[in-house]
Amino acid sequence: MTEQDIPARLVELLTAEQESLGAAWVEAVSRTLRGRISLAELDRELRELYAALVEGLRGGGLDWRGDAFGEVRALLAELSRTRARQGFTPTETATSVLAGKDVLAPSEDTSAGDVRAYLHLSKLIDALGLFTLEVYAKTREEIISAQAEQLMELSTPVVKLWEGVVAVPLVGTLDSARTQVVMEKLLQALVDTGSDQAIIDITGVPAVDTEVAQHLLKTVVAARLMGAECIISGIRPQIAQTIVALGIQFGDIVTKSSLADALKHALRRGDAAVVRPGGRA
Amino acid sequence: MSGLAPVPDAEHESVPIGSNDDVVRARQLVRALAQQCKLSLVDQTKLVTAASELARNTLVYGGGGVMRVGLVRRDGRVGVTAVFEDSGPGIPDVDQALTDGWTSGGGLGLGLSGARRLVDDFTLQTEVGGGTQVAVTKWAR
Ligand SMILES: Nc1ncnc2c1ncn2[C@@H]1O[C@H](COP(=O)(O)OP(=O)(O)O)[C@@H](O)[C@H]1O
Ligand SMILES: [Mg+2]
Repeated sequence: MTEQDIPARLVELLTAEQESLGAAWVEAVSRTLRGRISLAELDRELRELYAALVEGLRGGGLDWRGDAFGEVRALLAELSRTRARQGFTPTETATSVLAGKDVLAPSEDTSAGDVRAYLHLSKLIDALGLFTLEVYAKTREEIISAQAEQLMELSTPVVKLWEGVVAVPLVGTLDSARTQVVMEKLLQALVDTGSDQAIIDITGVPAVDTEVAQHLLKTVVAARLMGAECIISGIRPQIAQTIVALGIQFGDIVTKSSLADALKHALRRGDAAVVRPGGRA
Repeated sequence: MSGLAPVPDAEHESVPIGSNDDVVRARQLVRALAQQCKLSLVDQTKLVTAASELARNTLVYGGGGVMRVGLVRRDGRVGVTAVFEDSGPGIPDVDQALTDGWTSGGGLGLGLSGARRLVDDFTLQTEVGGGTQVAVTKWAR
């Protein structure tokens, strides 16, 4: 058998016993997943994969990156994404594919030529297993960064303190990305609640560097453009000294030591707005 | 650039500065050491803020680099030294870069000059086309 004949021979070998080999594959994998995925689903997944693999071999030989294997790659990508989301380990995920090597293996009375064909198949499955792991890792990364984003959203609640007054308490390390998110949310909250006073409370912030200060300043300017005034509260002594040493000027922005003082100031300043029911024009 | 760092070889840690997350990590490490050598809360905050400025410059202007940080002892005093190093474009005019409000980007232009005011010792070595190294130290009182 020449190199070119191998894929065709594999197609023969795999189709001859497609039913029983497919079942054996499902059986092998289901043992490793111990019932955390339904047998019916696994059966569908792997038989689809099996059929696509045969078609790939038929149309594209052993070149798993080629067009003929597009369906195989799509199914594997889908499989690893589902596994990653369902919390299966990388090993469990790769095993779904690699178990195919034990099932689609030569037996004692396989001819020497076929043994060689199986060897190529085994290499092919290894490559597909690695591909599966790659997609798995990428999906995990996506999940983690999505969660980080959600956390960022969660940890920066903008609250309506009073009619016409919104406040955002900043807590923890302010990196640039988070400051940006907070500021956007604050400006949006001004619009959504029809408020014209905003309090940014930095009591929970361990350090304010020039970048964070710049975001704060930009927010104040943007709020002014929208007809709203900002108060920065909770500037603790060590932060105040650091800001002064850095040379940051907050100009005419009102700063208060506590949130309560800031609220009092906001209510006094927004007085006209408070007595007028239904907010402002 | 090498051999300029006053960081003792014995106990320093290296942090790569290649992303915003690294800047946060660098800051946290500096704070941990500042607490360990019992800097006052004000001095901790000043040093952490200086580190934040320098790490960000390393990232933004230096194209990334590394921070080495550790405890230092001199004349019976203990302090924290952080060295920020990159092999970026360097700073052509150091006096200008250290002028309050001067920025070649869109910043406030207060990071470098401000960092110098926030620490006890400040050294800047730079070479156009060769990179920049800034070392800062804050001593416990
Ligand atoms: N590591 C560096 N490599 C090259 N240039 C730098 C570096 N650090 C600072 N600079 C230059 O010094 C200027 C002033 O820095 P800085 O005071 O931190 O202000 P800003 O970061 O707001 O621009 C920067 O705009 C930049 O041109
Ligand atoms: Mg800067």
